[in-house]
Amino acid sequence: MEDLLAQAVVAAEEAEVFTVSSEGTLVQFEANRLKYLQTKQQTSVALRLIRQGRVGYATTTDIGERRNLVSNAVETAQFGMLAEFQLPASGVYSPVAVFDAGVVSVANEAMIQLGEEMVASVTAYTPGIICEAEVAKGTVSVSIRNSRGGQADYRKSYFSLGIEGSLVNDTDMLFVGESVSSCHPLSNSGAVAGAVLRQLELAKDRASVPSKSLPVVFTPGGVASALIEPLMAAFNGKTVLKGASPIGNKLGQAVFDRKFRLRDDPTVGYRPSSRPCDDEGVPSQCTTLVEEGVVTGFIYDLQTAAMAHTHSTGNGSRNHGGLPLPAPSAFVIAPGDTDFTEMVQDIKEGLVVEQLMGAGQGNVLGGDFSGNVLLGYKVENGKIVGRVKNTMVSGNIYQALKQVAAIGREAKWVDGFLQTPPIYCPGLSVASKR
Amino acid sequence: MTIKDIGQELAGVIGKCDADYVEAHLEESQTSHVVYRGRELDSIGRATAIGGNVRAMVKGGWGFVSFNDLNNLPERVALAVKQARFVGREASQLVAAEPVVATVSVEADRDPVAIPLAEKKQLMDEYNDIIWRTPEIQTSTVGYADSRKQTIFLSSAGSFIEQTRADITLRLAAVAARDGDIQQVGLSVGSRGDFSILQSYHDEVAHMAERAVVLLSAPQIKGGEYTVVLDPVLAGVFVHEAFGHLSESDFVYENERVRRIMTLGRQFGHPELNIVDTATIPGLRGSYQYDDEGMPATRTYLIREGKLVGRLHSRETAAKMNEKPTGNARAINHRYPPIVRMTNTYIEPGVVSLADMVGGIKEGIYAKNWYGGTTSMEMFTFSAGEAYMIRHGKIAEMLRPVVLTGNVFNTLENIDAIGDDLTMNQGGGCGKGGQMPLPVSNGSPHIRISRCLVGGG
Repeated sequence: MEDLLAQAVVAAEEAEVFTVSSEGTLVQFEANRLKYLQTKQQTSVALRLIRQGRVGYATTTDIGERRNLVSNAVETAQFGMLAEFQLPASGVYSPVAVFDAGVVSVANEAMIQLGEEMVASVTAYTPGIICEAEVAKGTVSVSIRNSRGGQADYRKSYFSLGIEGSLVNDTDMLFVGESVSSCHPLSNSGAVAGAVLRQLELAKDRASVPSKSLPVVFTPGGVASALIEPLMAAFNGKTVLKGASPIGNKLGQAVFDRKFRLRDDPTVGYRPSSRPCDDEGVPSQCTTLVEEGVVTGFIYDLQTAAMAHTHSTGNGSRNHGGLPLPAPSAFVIAPGDTDFTEMVQDIKEGLVVEQLMGAGQGNVLGGDFSGNVLLGYKVENGKIVGRVKNTMVSGNIYQALKQVAAIGREAKWVDGFLQTPPIYCPGLSVASKR
Repeated sequence: MTIKDIGQELAGVIGKCDADYVEAHLEESQTSHVVYRGRELDSIGRATAIGGNVRAMVKGGWGFVSFNDLNNLPERVALAVKQARFVGREASQLVAAEPVVATVSVEADRDPVAIPLAEKKQLMDEYNDIIWRTPEIQTSTVGYADSRKQTIFLSSAGSFIEQTRADITLRLAAVAARDGDIQQVGLSVGSRGDFSILQSYHDEVAHMAERAVVLLSAPQIKGGEYTVVLDPVLAGVFVHEAFGHLSESDFVYENERVRRIMTLGRQFGHPELNIVDTATIPGLRGSYQYDDEGMPATRTYLIREGKLVGRLHSRETAAKMNEKPTGNARAINHRYPPIVRMTNTYIEPGVVSLADMVGGIKEGIYAKNWYGGTTSMEMFTFSAGEAYMIRHGKIAEMLRPVVLTGNVFNTLENIDAIGDDLTMNQGGGCGKGGQMPLPVSNGSPHIRISRCLVGGG
C-alpha cells in the first residue's frame, strides 16, 4: 500500500490509496430447507490522485495490476474534475466500536441452527408457508493512506439474521419478512421469527379500503420503503449544490412538522452502518439534519463541501465503486411520544403500511412516492381488521411530513441503514381496485 | 498466467473431487465510466477486476466459494466440496448436460473500454450541452459505463467454455425546477459493446430535457382504474415485471402451491398473446451462447396463444420439475452463484395499429418510457417516464409521471389489444437476489390494458 502511494506521488501532486478487504460466510435456506453454504473473499484497491490540479481515479481487485493502476489514474486525471479539496492530514479518530471478535468464532453449525430455528418457528405457526432464510457473518478491513500523512485503519464485523415467508393460496400470495443485523453475534432467532408471526396474525383476515384520502400509519418498514428515499436525495450535499433539492435553500426554515427530527449517525456502537471515519479518512460525526421540523444541515464529502464552501461531514462514500460521493451512513429519525397502539386507536378508517412496493419509482427528487401496499392492514374504529390488497398509497413527503399526526415512541433499525419509529400521517391518497 | 491457463490447471483438480458435481468460474474484466452531475464532470475512471468461484454439489447441497486471490485454488475447491457435504442431506438432481469445450469469440474484437476516454467524454459533453441549452433546466445527470469481460467456465463433467462479452449503458436525466417544484425525466439506453449505437441520441436527449420542463406545468392524475395504452418500452418493462419473474422456475420448483397455479396449459390471456424469452438473438444485451452453468442458450415460449407453455430453468430446477433445460442460469459476476434469470423477454407483435388502439378509448392514459418496475410475483408495479391523458380517442394533455400496478393473474387477461410494432429496449438492468443490474433487454409492441390501477396525487 505504501509502495503504491510512493509510485503514485512520483506522477502526481497528491495521492490516496484506499484498500478494503472482506471475508464472509452465508448460510442460505430455500423452501424451508438448508440449501447453500457460501464463503466470500474480496480485496480491492482504489487509487485517487491529483495531477495538475485535476482528480484521477482507478481501481482494481487484481493484485498483479498495481502498476497499471497508476497509469490508468494518470490517464483519467487529464479530464478529471478540478480538485477543490485537500486530503485530510493525520487526524484524530474518536473510537467507534464496530468489531466483535466473537463474530469470527461463530461456527457454521451454530449459523445453520439459527436458520433452522427461524424456519421451524414460522412453519409451525402457519402450515403451508414457504420460507427463505439467511444467516450471514463476516469482517471488513479498511485502510486509507494519503500523501499528506493521513492514515486510517479499522476493522468491522457484522452478523445478520433474515427470513422471508410466502404463503400462497390459489393465486393469492402473502409475503412477510424480518431481518436484523449487528456487529455482535446474534442468537435471538425467536425475536426475528416473532416479528414474522405478528405479521401473519394481522394478515389472517382480508379487508378492503375505499379509494379516497385516508389516515396512514407507516411502521418502521413502511417508513423505509415509502418515505426515506426522497429524504436521502434531498439532504445529499451534491443534490443541494446542483439546486435539485427542494430543501436546498431552506436551511434554518421549518419545512417539516415540529415533531420531526432527523440525523445522520455513523457513531452508534456496534451498528454495521457505523465506522470511525468515512471513505476519505474524515472522522465520523453525528450530523443533525432536521431539528423540530427545521432544516439544520446536509451531508457532504470533501469535494462537494469545498464547492459549497463548507466542511465535510464525514459522509464520503465509495459504495458504488467510484470516486467518493456524499451518502448517508445511517439515518436516524428520533422517537416521539405516541404508542403504536394509540395511533391505531385514533383511526376510524385508515391503513397501516408495513411495506410499500415500488414507491421509489416516481419523481424521487421532487419528493413524490407512489406504491402498491405489499403488506398492510385496514384499520376500522381503532382496530386492525385485516390485510389489504390491490391498493396504492401515494403522496409527496414534503406534504406528508409537514403535518404528521404522531411519531411513535419505539424506534427500530430497518434494512441496516435506518432507525425509525412508526409515523402517522393524517391523510394520504389511497386508490384501490374493487 | 492468464485465467485460461489457471482454468486449465484447475480442470485437473475439479475432475478428481469427491462430489456429485463441481464447477468453477474465472473472470477478468475491464471497465470505464464517465459521469456528469450538472455541468461539471463528476467522475471519470477505469477499473480492472479479476476473480473466480468454485461451486460444488454433494447430496443436493451446494457449497460456494468466491475469491479474487487466485492463489491456493486447490484449497478453495476442497473448501467448496466440504461446505457442500456439510449442507447435503438428500439426492443431487441436475438435468443431464453434454460436456462442452468451446471458445466463443463473436465479440472478442469489440472492446468499448479501449476507446480513448477523450472520445467518450466528448460525446457526453455533447449530450450534457443539449440538456443545458433547454431553458429552466436546473441540473443534469449523464452516466456512461462500459465493460469487457472474459469468462472461463469449467466443470467436473469436462466442460471448458471461454466467452467474451462487452456491454455499454448510458443513463441520462434532466431536472427542471420552478418555484421550489422539481421535475425529472430520464433516458436509459444500452448496447452490446457497440459504441457507435450510442452516438445518435441527440434528438432524444433534447426531447427528454424539454419534457422535464413541460412537466412543471403538467397536472397530476387522480388515482383509480383506467384503460391504459403502453408504448413498446413500457410494455417491455411490464412483461418483464408482470410475467417474466413469475416464469423463473426457482420461485416455482420447490413450492407445491405455486406449481399448482403455474400448471402448463393454464390460460393467462387472450389467444393473441405470445410471450418469449430468448438469449439467442445476436446483438441484444441479454444474449449469450452458453449460460453460467455451461448450458446452451434456447428460445422459450412462456405464453403461447394465451396459455402458459414454458418457464425458465437452471439445471437443478429443470431436473426437479422434470422439464427441458432452457439455459437461463446466470450470475452477475464471480461473487455470486448462478440463479434463474431472464435474458431478452418480449411480447410478439399482433395486428392492431396505435391509432385503432387509442381510437376506442373515451378516457384513458397513454403511458410511455421507463422509470422503474418491481414485482412480488403476484403484484407488480411499474412507472412511466411520460404519460398523457387519452380523451375521446385522441392523445391529449401531458401528465406528471404515473405509477401503474396490477395483479398478474388478471392483468394479462385484461390485455385486449396488441400492436404491430415490436421494439426491443436495451436500456434495462434486472435485479434479483442482490445481483443487480444484470444486462437484459425487454420488448413489446404497443399494448392496451383495460382496468389498470393507477396511483394518484
